[in-house]
Amino acid sequence: MRALSLDRGPLLPTLLLLPSAVLLGGLLAFPLALGVLLGFKDATIGQPGEFIGLENYRYLLTDPVFRITALNTALYTLVTVIFKLALGLLLALILNQRFTGYRFWRSVLLLPYVVPTVLSAFAWWWILDPQFSFISWALVKLGLLRQNLNFLGNAWLARASLMVANVWRGIPFFTVGYLAGLQSIPKDLHEAAALDGASTWQIFWRVTWALLLPLTTILTIFSAIFTFTDFQLIWTITRGGPANATHLFVTLAYQRAIPGGALGEGAAIAGFTLPFLALLAWGALDALRRQD
Amino acid sequence: MRRALTLWLPLLAFAVFLLFPFYWMVLTSIKPNEELVSVSANPFWVSRPTLEHVKFLLTGTNYPRWFWNTMAVASAATLLSVSVSFLAAFALARLRFRGAEGVSLGIYLAYLIPPAILFIPLAEVMLKLGWFDHLWALVPVYSTFLIPFCTWLLVGYLKSIPREMEEAAMVDGASRLRILFQIILPLSVPGLVSAFIFCFTLSWNEYLYALVFMSSPEHKTVPVGLATELVRGDIYQWGPLMAGALLGSLPVAIVYFFFVEYYVAGMSGALKG
Repeated sequence: MRALSLDRGPLLPTLLLLPSAVLLGGLLAFPLALGVLLGFKDATIGQPGEFIGLENYRYLLTDPVFRITALNTALYTLVTVIFKLALGLLLALILNQRFTGYRFWRSVLLLPYVVPTVLSAFAWWWILDPQFSFISWALVKLGLLRQNLNFLGNAWLARASLMVANVWRGIPFFTVGYLAGLQSIPKDLHEAAALDGASTWQIFWRVTWALLLPLTTILTIFSAIFTFTDFQLIWTITRGGPANATHLFVTLAYQRAIPGGALGEGAAIAGFTLPFLALLAWGALDALRRQD
Repeated sequence: MRRALTLWLPLLAFAVFLLFPFYWMVLTSIKPNEELVSVSANPFWVSRPTLEHVKFLLTGTNYPRWFWNTMAVASAATLLSVSVSFLAAFALARLRFRGAEGVSLGIYLAYLIPPAILFIPLAEVMLKLGWFDHLWALVPVYSTFLIPFCTWLLVGYLKSIPREMEEAAMVDGASRLRILFQIILPLSVPGLVSAFIFCFTLSWNEYLYALVFMSSPEHKTVPVGLATELVRGDIYQWGPLMAGALLGSLPVAIVYFFFVEYYVAGMSGALKG
């Protein structure tokens, strides 16, 4: 009768959830709380440090590098999410037309999202090489440029280059989401709208886009969360350079905390992302609930 | 004609943009150094392909070691996370207990907490536990971003399995645990495959934790090893670096191409509440 007693009461769920709870509690929730505390300390590597209240946060707000980083993060997220959404949806609409080789093209075009980010970022880094970039080579050959572009040596060129690489990697995320969404739209809705004399453009906005709106909210929020906490791409291609012009919160936090040793300050930089994360998480939760 | 304009032309444009970096990776990894530094040679082609970069990578560096490190950590983390998540997902999808809502919310929030804001305090935890620079320490660490995602994915999958079979079994007096392993587990295989693929690719993709927590060259993973040991800042780094990136992408790409439908199903399934 032991099995039967296990079926009643909270014992079985507790047992089933225990392994996850231990791992997530010890290595996720606990460090998260520790990180919040650390942001209020002047800890360095090897030194636990003292509580200094909001000093780290106050200092960061006056730090010009941090200010640029905050603006960069906002700009990087805003621009890339818009492009990823638009291009991802476009690609989904293209792939959604039934044609021979549909499966092949879909599989192949999702590759940027599947391949480890750092490894594809190496390819981008090499594509953007100041001396040997094929983009410069082609532009010079065509007579459009006199000398090579120093993609990663100029602040705005570097920012734009990183955005292109990020968009490249993130398009498939939206495409997959939208493909699933498009396939769930009943075909007769389009047919009915077409019978009523609606143009292709009207059908797209009034039917397709309108029905995809809840999904769009979810995709956008998730993408925004992953984008503004991006580390791999930036750290591989520019390391936050030239002259700290392309840092995002996380690359700056890494630079200050690990090579720089200022753990408290790094934790405070990460701490700045928490309110935004909370807001976005709440927004996504709301959208997910409304979708059901 | 219309089809060319609405389908093939834009598809081609996307294909060029999305696949070019891979072409560049392949091309560079088989291009001899003389051609890489040549200003007159056509950069889009290789006239004398070579395997010298791959050879250097496999015999002159720790690359094989990094490759097996990544493979071992990814496999172990995947196995651990999928099993643990499956149990949790069953509890959340099928058992009624107090606090279930709170646990679901916790899992969801855990999914949205990026490693990027945890690595600094986690470094302290690793130091205190004496886990620094121990390769296996990455297994439980990776599970922290795999479990939330997997659990979420599997809860969604389990909810889509009809309850009739379980109810019949329960009437016959089968215990919950028996139902879990004899009825639910076999029915969950497609969902589990999706979870496996995601965990494996996410583990291969991980960078920040391995970068911060591993320091000796023989404990590094592929992305970290390439970034810290092979980047020399000169033109001769590119051949081996691209060869390393290419070889390092292969395990993930192979798994992906074999199970593409599961991957896509998992990715779109994860977007549902």
